[in-house]
Amino acid sequence: MLRILQFLYSLRSFLLFILLEIIAIWLLVANNSPQGAAFFNSSNALVGSILETQSNVSDFFSLAEANEALVVENSRLMEKLSSLKLEPDSVSISLDSALSSQFEFMGARVISNSLRYTQNHMTLNKGRKQGVKPGMGIFNESGVVGRVKSVSDNYAVGISLLNNDLLISSIIKSTGDFGSINWNGKDSKKAKMLYVPRHVQAQVGDTVVTSGYSAVFPRNLKIGVISNVIQSSDPNYLDIEVTLTADFSKISYVYLVENTQIDELDSLYQQSELTNEF
Amino acid sequence: MNFRNLISFIFLLLILGLVQILFLKNLALFGIAFCFLYLVGILSLPFQIREIPLLLISFGVGLTIDVFYDTLGLHASAATLLAFLRPLWLKIIRPNGGYDDSTQPTLQEMGLGWFISYSLPLTFAFCLLFFTADQWGSGAFLGILNKSLFSSIFTVLLAIIVQLLFFKRRRGI
Repeated sequence: MLRILQFLYSLRSFLLFILLEIIAIWLLVANNSPQGAAFFNSSNALVGSILETQSNVSDFFSLAEANEALVVENSRLMEKLSSLKLEPDSVSISLDSALSSQFEFMGARVISNSLRYTQNHMTLNKGRKQGVKPGMGIFNESGVVGRVKSVSDNYAVGISLLNNDLLISSIIKSTGDFGSINWNGKDSKKAKMLYVPRHVQAQVGDTVVTSGYSAVFPRNLKIGVISNVIQSSDPNYLDIEVTLTADFSKISYVYLVENTQIDELDSLYQQSELTNEF
Repeated sequence: MNFRNLISFIFLLLILGLVQILFLKNLALFGIAFCFLYLVGILSLPFQIREIPLLLISFGVGLTIDVFYDTLGLHASAATLLAFLRPLWLKIIRPNGGYDDSTQPTLQEMGLGWFISYSLPLTFAFCLLFFTADQWGSGAFLGILNKSLFSSIFTVLLAIIVQLLFFKRRRGI
């Protein structure tokens, strides 16, 4: 017995090494599930405040560009508003929930963002107190950016679109065929569109937008433009490469979107025993 | 390690950690050469430090960096590997007379050639585990090797520059 203990004692540093590695790998695996522990990440208050100070400084240098993008977005919204303000030429009657607003929007600032790993995340400066919830969609004026993964009181961590865990339900605008957008893991400007059948006439230059099926994003939000279509060896699906319209290296301000009817949809799916694959 | 060294070491780790988080986090030369400057903190711990505290310190440092990177466990596992290999590698490259107890494994005390042969393989091992864990399942072995090689060279290069500029000649920092 004593010998065994002595033997183990002589191996103590190796055993500690193995133990620490197991802890690290466990953390790595546990944290990569979408419901990962919310405490040990950048939505933690101390870490969030340090990252926010840093982005306060670095955002100063991109103010001009952010302003320009906001002006463009504003003008687009004004155009839409003016078209909605047309004089009514008929009697208005109240309709049911089909026409009431299903999505609510809010703005946030990205205080930390990564693009060089295979699973990239971003930290936003809004949290539970401001009404951010896990599962909300994130986009900016040029395209879809990601989804909220976990929130703390004042910060939120989002899974970037540049994360091979995230699938976004999408359609090719011109043909109406749907598929899933998934990052290719290498280039921060390119993604793949999966599950598009071979008979679809996808053209280079076609726009890819959100489908609205997943109940995370509203319909017709821009994602990217098809840059390459290959008839691959896969007998069922096309290999489509999409150039993302959002420039992930420059993201500073984003919008968050919440589907106010998601609970109703979820319970409906549960009743009919379907899984809503986002 | 006396009290004075302990304070200066904690100070060094804090500064390196801040530089890593604030400036080097999103830096990647040509998209492949990353810099893990905070490893200088682990590499320049004194020769006579015991293995157990070395492992625990490295794990803690890695975990702290991870929290800021949102990659929980990634830096921690790689830094722990580095800490485990450090004493073994030091034993292999030991000069004829052995190590002087009062010296530290820094560029100023041990010379450029020795420092490169000490730090380059260790950072390479670190990078290898780091990128393997990061790209687990994507199977791009050549990409991992490529990134590891250039990242370790870049890290050692920056470590040399930092030590030349900021480390005092005869004392830790």
